[in-house]
Amino acid sequence: MSMPFYASAEQIMRDRSEYARKGIARGRSVVVSTYADGVLFVAENASSALHKVSEIYDRIGFAAVGKYNEYENLRVAGIRLADLRGYSYDRRDVTARALANAYAQTLGTIFTEQQKPYEVEICVAEVGHDAEGDQLYRLSYDGTIVDEPQFLAMGGGQADAITEEMRRTYTAGQPLQAAVQTAVAALGSAGGTDGARRSLPAEQLEVAVLDRTRGKRKFRRIGGSALTALLPAGHGEPAGEPAPADTPPHDRDESGGSDH
Amino acid sequence: MRALDGSGAVHGILRYATSPGSSSFTEFLSAAAPDLMPSAPPAGTVVPHGTTIVAATFDGGVVMAGDRRATAGNLIAQRDIEKVFASDDYSLVGIAGTAGLAVEMVRLYQVELEHYEKIEGTQLTLDGKANRLATMIRGNLGAAMQGLAVVPLFAGFDIDAVDASRGGKIYSYDVTGGRYPEQYYHSVGSGSLFAKGALKKLWRAGMSRDEVVRVAVESLYDAADDDSATGGPDITRGIFPVVMLATASGTERVGDDELSTVVRAILAEREARPGA
Repeated sequence: MSMPFYASAEQIMRDRSEYARKGIARGRSVVVSTYADGVLFVAENASSALHKVSEIYDRIGFAAVGKYNEYENLRVAGIRLADLRGYSYDRRDVTARALANAYAQTLGTIFTEQQKPYEVEICVAEVGHDAEGDQLYRLSYDGTIVDEPQFLAMGGGQADAITEEMRRTYTAGQPLQAAVQTAVAALGSAGGTDGARRSLPAEQLEVAVLDRTRGKRKFRRIGGSALTALLPAGHGEPAGEPAPADTPPHDRDESGGSDH
Repeated sequence: MRALDGSGAVHGILRYATSPGSSSFTEFLSAAAPDLMPSAPPAGTVVPHGTTIVAATFDGGVVMAGDRRATAGNLIAQRDIEKVFASDDYSLVGIAGTAGLAVEMVRLYQVELEHYEKIEGTQLTLDGKANRLATMIRGNLGAAMQGLAVVPLFAGFDIDAVDASRGGKIYSYDVTGGRYPEQYYHSVGSGSLFAKGALKKLWRAGMSRDEVVRVAVESLYDAADDDSATGGPDITRGIFPVVMLATASGTERVGDDELSTVVRAILAEREARPGA
């Protein structure tokens, strides 16, 4: 089939969006929410070495879904930008808003000008001195930036369902244990066979917080026995089946690519 | 990550990720913003100089203490300058030499260690941290030749140590960036000879935290006694040496209240001993 001489810009952008959305839907989901002491990240992640959630700066955290090497690139770039800014000015001059703007510019430019968009959706979060100061920013593959007030869910095929579940069950200002259980339940509400709920054990979760009560660096990972202690007793047994594996290589994708 | 738009331009924030595999903030800074690297003023400028820094191991960690004086020629440039810093959760660095350059270098070193940890997801080993500092000093050799030397003293608690009571480690450096592990105690700066003489008599292996704090403060007192570039404790103003500890529970700065008690005890003893 010969290449068409002309494709409308709208068509090209739509194809790219489609491509990016499929890439993001292949992975597992992440929930970011605010709780009494700051910001909570809960990701469905069976790997203990490859992280979806990461520290960027004193009060800033990063979470991403989609293609690992792409969001890993963005993560490193964000840490460099933050450290450079903090070093040239002052540590307090580094803000999530500035970082989110930089990410939005980058993702938007890549989406328009590159042949392949980044198949990523990222969240930049900042913990404030009080609950009003907490900020969550959601950035999409095309550079759209949304300032989320309380929580967000991204990635996997069921982000909308998870968001709905969070809307039903979330309350602001929960203590850490309640907030973790709400988020884990929301993640487990989708992705099971025939809509059954999944009970995700600690080994399949990556959990971290930005805790405003901590010292200089607010980011802290919660794993192992500390995480198990936050989950309901008997949770995760039998272990819920994991959602479809993170982003297999594209040449094995049989769900139907575009055909020209 | 290069864009495929033919221009070769790297987009926005991604120009900060153009060398995957380097977790060094110093290397990144010298590429991205070389004007922010610590640099020396023209030779011949009169800059604040002189100091004494001491470090000593004890049961469970290591202490580092530094005096508070910065001199420029015969004048006291600052009475309360801080020369000992926590470079990260388990290590301390003290700097002797050109004050402005030293403070910049410590700041850069702190970011260097934190940067590595955030990118890699794990801290450097204590030896790794000591090595990085040596590299930074080596990079300053050109300025050192002009008389603007920066000589650090590095100490920390090695969380990988088999025996936690001997987990405190000390490293000394020369201007070429040579790195030397020190076994028991060490001192750098214009007053270091006097401080080391005091430590030789005061330090013992396996001291407690309180004992080693007293020894560190007393050795600085002796250095200040004989070196005009080292400041002694200033009770009138409440300015005491910066004394920091590195142990398994992290770094800690000894409070002024405790130091005040220690200093007054030293003064009382000396007053009772003529010739001291």
